[in-house]
Amino acid sequence: MGVATLHSPAPPATDAPPRRRRRVPWLTIALFLLPALVLFSLLVLAPIGLASYTSLFKWNGYGGAPTDFVGLGNFVQALTSPIFLGDLGRHATLIALSLLVQLPLALAIAMVLNQKIRGRAFFRLLFFAPYVLSEVITAVLFSLFFSPNLGLANHLLGLVGLGELGQTWLADPKTVLYSLAFVMTWKYFGFHMILYLAGRQNIPNELMEAAAIDGGSPWQIFRYVTLPLLAPTIRISVFLSVLGTIELFDLVWVLTGGGPLHASETMAITMFESGFRRSQVGYASAISILMFVIALTFALLYQKFVMRRDLEGAMTGMRS
Amino acid sequence: MRVARQVGLYAALLAITAFVVVPIGFAVLGGFKDNGQLSVNPFGLPEPWNFANYAEIIASSAFWRPLLNSTIIAVATTLLLVGVAALAAFVFARFAFRGRELIFMLFAVGLMFPFAVAILPLFVLLRELGLLNNPLGVILPQAAFGLPVTIIVLRTFFRAIPGELEEAATLDGCGPLGFFWRILLPMARPALATVSVLAIVASWNSFMLPLVVFNDPSWWTIPLGVRQFQGQYGQDTARILAYVVLAMVPALAFYAVAERQLIGGLTSGAAKG
Repeated sequence: MGVATLHSPAPPATDAPPRRRRRVPWLTIALFLLPALVLFSLLVLAPIGLASYTSLFKWNGYGGAPTDFVGLGNFVQALTSPIFLGDLGRHATLIALSLLVQLPLALAIAMVLNQKIRGRAFFRLLFFAPYVLSEVITAVLFSLFFSPNLGLANHLLGLVGLGELGQTWLADPKTVLYSLAFVMTWKYFGFHMILYLAGRQNIPNELMEAAAIDGGSPWQIFRYVTLPLLAPTIRISVFLSVLGTIELFDLVWVLTGGGPLHASETMAITMFESGFRRSQVGYASAISILMFVIALTFALLYQKFVMRRDLEGAMTGMRS
Repeated sequence: MRVARQVGLYAALLAITAFVVVPIGFAVLGGFKDNGQLSVNPFGLPEPWNFANYAEIIASSAFWRPLLNSTIIAVATTLLLVGVAALAAFVFARFAFRGRELIFMLFAVGLMFPFAVAILPLFVLLRELGLLNNPLGVILPQAAFGLPVTIIVLRTFFRAIPGELEEAATLDGCGPLGFFWRILLPMARPALATVSVLAIVASWNSFMLPLVVFNDPSWWTIPLGVRQFQGQYGQDTARILAYVVLAMVPALAFYAVAERQLIGGLTSGAAKG
């Protein structure tokens, strides 16, 4: 049994199935929609609304409703705080590393696994496996992997004669972000590989064959035929990668806690620290709203200028 | 020439295989060592094989309790989420009424909400409702945040079912509920399996919400258990590795069984089928 959603042609978003004219059965509609609406309004929309409200107050989260109104003070404080501005820079670094290392790697492997080679299914299964592990398990594993004395990273460097490059990977502000990007690549490249493989399978092979008959080299065929046809898939993959990085929390919280000296801190870590550790709930809410605004702005601009296409259903893998 | 190309491809694949497998292999073998061995020989085979780490963890409730909690919470989240989403998706897919697209958009926009934005108010809300240290405090929000994706996937599938079927069922005296329950849901089994697998994996791996909801260790899920274990045995690396490996097993086993649904679900939108 294949997965039906892969091949069911999506009808245009405006027409309902044809039906005889009759009165709209409002009662049925209400009863079917009610549970989802209640759950969603109470636990998704209301908290987001509340976060916007509390972001305007100085509040420790206790003693009834917040009263100490500070207007946009929390936002000003965040946007002038070296830590939050540093977060933005660190997100930019992580996004750049994803786009320059992780996604090209995933694309290259997808192209290799698209060939007729023995063991294709096995490699595909294996490379995707890290994606299934929780970020917490991954983080604990790599905190031991990078551990300076009992870990494997330095030992491996020693084996290939680069022992002097041995580092306290996660304890040094200079290397911690790259170590984090390494872990993110390990965990997520397989997800993007799967996306590219699925995208590639939707391109008819005749196109590549025709280009080969016309004397195109493998590189030319990839560059001028395959890559442009994969562009929609790549656009979605980049989109998910950037959004995932904006929301990054679990992996960092367990791997480094955002340290040393905030060198691996992300917006979500700053928010969590301020809100749950230091009871600055108003300030933390402002940071979470800023995170939301950044994610939303990126999504809207990206769809307007890069995708220009209907995204519906294309975001099922939100966490990547 | 062909041979050279094949060799090149395999060399690349083996390099990536090493990249993926070495950290996991380090953990699996490390669990069979003691810390003395680990410091001089982090990469080689254990000498002698030391089974104490794995044996002690398998015999302790520190492993089984979180496993049970994770299972209960994942199953409950999935049942609630898929049930509620299927009802809503049915209406969005098969009924025409004013305001339908507006309400649907409301859910679709929910895809854009980072969970971290809601965590503080959610915590305050759950505290006021007395749901802290209660599994419902994790199950309900997880189900709510899973609604957008699940509704979108199910709606696409429900739409693809021919209108004639519904006409025929109506002529045979089937009401909307009867059609939904007797015809639509059985036909939608593959789609239901897909969204269920996605929901189970998301719940199994979720961390931020249980982290703030459960102070009390008796409800801790696997991610919290792993973290706690690491804190408790700080310097005992071999023992932590053994726990990490055992904690991976259920997720990898589930992946082996449900790989099709998982990958199908994740690529369903991205692959313009």
